Amino acid sequence: MVKINGEERPVQGQTVADYLEKTGYCRTRVAVEKNGEILPKAEYDSTVLEDGDVIEVVSFVGGG
Amino acid sequence: MKDDKLIIGGHEFHSRFILGSGKYSLKLIEAAVKDAGAEIITLAVRRANTKEQENILDYIPEGVTLLPNTSGARTAEEAVRIACLARELGCGNFVKIEIMRDSKYLLPDNQETVRATEILAEKGFVVLPYMYPDLYAARDLVNAGAAAVMPLASPIGSNKGLATKDFIQILVDEIDLPVIVDAGIGKPSQACEAMEMGAAAIMANTALATAGDLPLMAAAFRQAIEAGRKAYLSGLGRVLTRGGSASDPLTGFLRD
Repeated sequence: MVKINGEERPVQGQTVADYLEKTGYCRTRVAVEKNGEILPKAEYDSTVLEDGDVIEVVSFVGGG
Repeated sequence: MKDDKLIIGGHEFHSRFILGSGKYSLKLIEAAVKDAGAEIITLAVRRANTKEQENILDYIPEGVTLLPNTSGARTAEEAVRIACLARELGCGNFVKIEIMRDSKYLLPDNQETVRATEILAEKGFVVLPYMYPDLYAARDLVNAGAAAVMPLASPIGSNKGLATKDFIQILVDEIDLPVIVDAGIGKPSQACEAMEMGAAAIMANTALATAGDLPLMAAAFRQAIEAGRKAYLSGLGRVLTRGGSASDPLTGFLRD
């Protein structure tokens, strides 16, 4: 299982790019953190999600 | 006035109104930016939600500088993490540090804010720390590499105005960085007053988001901020401690 934005998901084996696309995220509008480190966009295609990974996918929202 | 620029971290701005983007429809952002004349807009970073297909970046006009905040951070480390994610979103290197451990009054933690400022300035960010208006903390923020200081007027979202007026004045007088009054400014007259005191800029969000007509209020704030700036540059007239002083000649009266 991979923990993504706080929820366990059975997506190990997929690349980050695949996961983002299948889930409906726009990769140009999100930033990804993997196990506490920022994952550069250039590595989305080559990074395979592994069991136990903790992923955060964030974007901008309105704020003051 | 044409040469009157706000300089933050080497970047020049003509507008002295920093606009928040929270608590109102994305569809109003373009009108708000236009009517406010704003060149800087704040944003927050949150977990992305695929259910909402609309992204705020699609609504912000080109050329507007994005100022992501670190809201949600309770420590310097959390603020640094959020700032780095914001920079990875690819929208420049400005950041407004916002660190609070109190959810009732939402007051900033100056000590953690100084620590975060030091770390983020070292990483090359243009750092605008939101702070409680305390002279020692402001001096520490200068030494930590802040590009401006953002003292609060009153608690976030309260629209209560310049509750900290005297302490903001101390920062204006003593701190050699732009003093941007942030949080609590509820109406244009309060923004104008802060500008008359020598504030470099005003940041407002809730005052607009809770107004009857947001773009109209944005325009009102713009004019108030410009008026206050002009008054400050002019130098205010003196105040008498007692008595009056005629504005008319004291000779040539039609009597005697």
